[in-house]
Amino acid sequence: MSKAAEIDIASVSKIYGKTTAVDAISLKIPAGSYCCLLGPSGCGKTSTLRMIAGHESVSIGDIVLGKEVVTHLPPAKRGTAMMFQSYALFPHLDLVDNVGFSLKMAGVDKETRRAKAMDMLKLMQMDAYATRRPAQLSGGQQQRVALARALITDPEALLLDEPLSALDPFLKIRMRAELKKLQKQLGITFVHVTHSQEEAMALADIVVVMSDGRIEQAASPRDVFERPATAFVARFMGDHNVISGKVIGSDNSLVTFEVVGGGTFSASGEPKPAGVDVDAAIRTDHVRIGESAVKGLGFTGIISNIEYRGASVKLSIEGAGIAEFTAIITDKAFYATPVAVGDEVPLHWDVEDAIILGTLNS
Amino acid sequence: MNNLLSRATPYLQATPLLLILGFFLAIPILLLLVVSFWDYDFAGMIPGFVTFNYTETLGSWITWKTYGNTIKFAIIVWGITTFVGFWVAYFLAFHIRTATMQMVLFLVCTVPFLTSNIIRMISWIPVLGRNGLINSGLVGAGIIDQPIEWLLYSDFAVILAMVHLYTLFTVTPIFNTMMRIDKSLVEAARDGGANAWQIIWNVILPLAKPGIAIGTIFVVTLVMADFSTVQVMSGGQSASVALMMRNQMSLLQYPAAAANAIVLLVVVLFMVAGILRIVDIRKEL
Repeated sequence: MSKAAEIDIASVSKIYGKTTAVDAISLKIPAGSYCCLLGPSGCGKTSTLRMIAGHESVSIGDIVLGKEVVTHLPPAKRGTAMMFQSYALFPHLDLVDNVGFSLKMAGVDKETRRAKAMDMLKLMQMDAYATRRPAQLSGGQQQRVALARALITDPEALLLDEPLSALDPFLKIRMRAELKKLQKQLGITFVHVTHSQEEAMALADIVVVMSDGRIEQAASPRDVFERPATAFVARFMGDHNVISGKVIGSDNSLVTFEVVGGGTFSASGEPKPAGVDVDAAIRTDHVRIGESAVKGLGFTGIISNIEYRGASVKLSIEGAGIAEFTAIITDKAFYATPVAVGDEVPLHWDVEDAIILGTLNS
Repeated sequence: MNNLLSRATPYLQATPLLLILGFFLAIPILLLLVVSFWDYDFAGMIPGFVTFNYTETLGSWITWKTYGNTIKFAIIVWGITTFVGFWVAYFLAFHIRTATMQMVLFLVCTVPFLTSNIIRMISWIPVLGRNGLINSGLVGAGIIDQPIEWLLYSDFAVILAMVHLYTLFTVTPIFNTMMRIDKSLVEAARDGGANAWQIIWNVILPLAKPGIAIGTIFVVTLVMADFSTVQVMSGGQSASVALMMRNQMSLLQYPAAAANAIVLLVVVLFMVAGILRIVDIRKEL
């Protein structure tokens, strides 16, 4: 339907007075990919999206869309279209006029723009509601109309600001699948802002994890999940225990470190000089109960809480200087050797499940 | 007993409003209606049922001419106040960034209202008069050699004073409506390629309509019922319906004035009904 554009963000900053919302980030989003900007609120993800859209000025740096530098172009001249968080449908217009709004602004005559708008509504399966006002629609329907309105300009990139946050959990999952399908069908670049890891994992080709106005990691969902780059990413994505300590020795891609007032652990990673602070991540779902065969790949702790989750059981363990360590074991493994709160249990994991995390150098 | 009390509670709660509306609205209008059918002579009113107060009022070409004049004022003043009110409200709502500054500037708009209508009206006289600021300024600067006569005691002066008095009545409701417009709608319009004028015409103006309608009702009813501004600023050279009633009252022709008032009430109610038919203001209330 339309050509996709690569988005190149070159050391872009956004400064509001004295606060830096986005701090010199650089990011290349390949053409036709689904990119999720992920992070807690206030991390700069929405500012970044709004700068790409042109609704926020860029303080320093440049944004390139396709081959064109769009840093100072108005939103409509960039070849991007934005879908707003609350959809921002015009309450006084019916769906046809909402969808055809940008064509009207461009001076397209009434017949043509109504016909095009109807086509767009058909694509979104909303043509049956064409004469309704937005207030008469459900959240999911409003989202489809907002998509239709954004896509009618044939954008090279669609920018979505928390598009699913207004929907109930069930609808969220359905609309998520629709978004993914639509992106595949249109083949254009989607940039989607979200604070939900699950949403990002489910949708993205590239997940960009942001914190404090900076990019912590930009990689495929699998990379972000399996090899989090920093302690922030590991904690934010969940599913990892992050333990911190001081390096006591390194030996071919295995770093050994000591938790203050606790045990000694090993994790795979680049060798580091002794005495340096390090963080290591250990997959919660790869921890097993039982004595470790290798020193440094396990510890013994006391269970402080047990949560039953159906297919799995979540154990919270305290020990070896670690205040909270999570182990998620299958229900089968749990009931084979049941444990109770207050029990002392040995835990262990494989060497590839413990990795040394990097730090973001400024 | 308890049951009775709980059933009576809603009625008791409604009583204060009922009393206020009854004493200050329903009963006076009812009295007006009754008196409008009474007879009168030079000394007083004579209870009865005569319709000549109405036939006299509606049959006189002076009434029609006065209504025409009043409606002319209403339309001109409405046009100017709505135009000014829209832009002032637009500026406050969309171009002032901080809420504090918006409130400060809005309060600045209301400052003139800390003085009475009459004082604000009279303060125009030294500005517009034959030897007023404007005329002496223009003559002194040699731009004109005779003072402009129509600045004061003219329709121009009446309209100027009314615009001055009533503009805030349009600013307030329009500002209120505009503040409720989701700012992301403006961004969505910009995203769709709309320029500043297209945003105003296609998004802000349609969404501000309820506020414009409420402002219109205020201004139209105020102008239709105005007599002091017309009297002071026209120097008695122009007439309005309310001024006509005042003159009748000063001649002790109360039933005639009452009939006139009922006619005016009906006319204004029709005007308001017409406005409400065009614009749905319910979501503002």
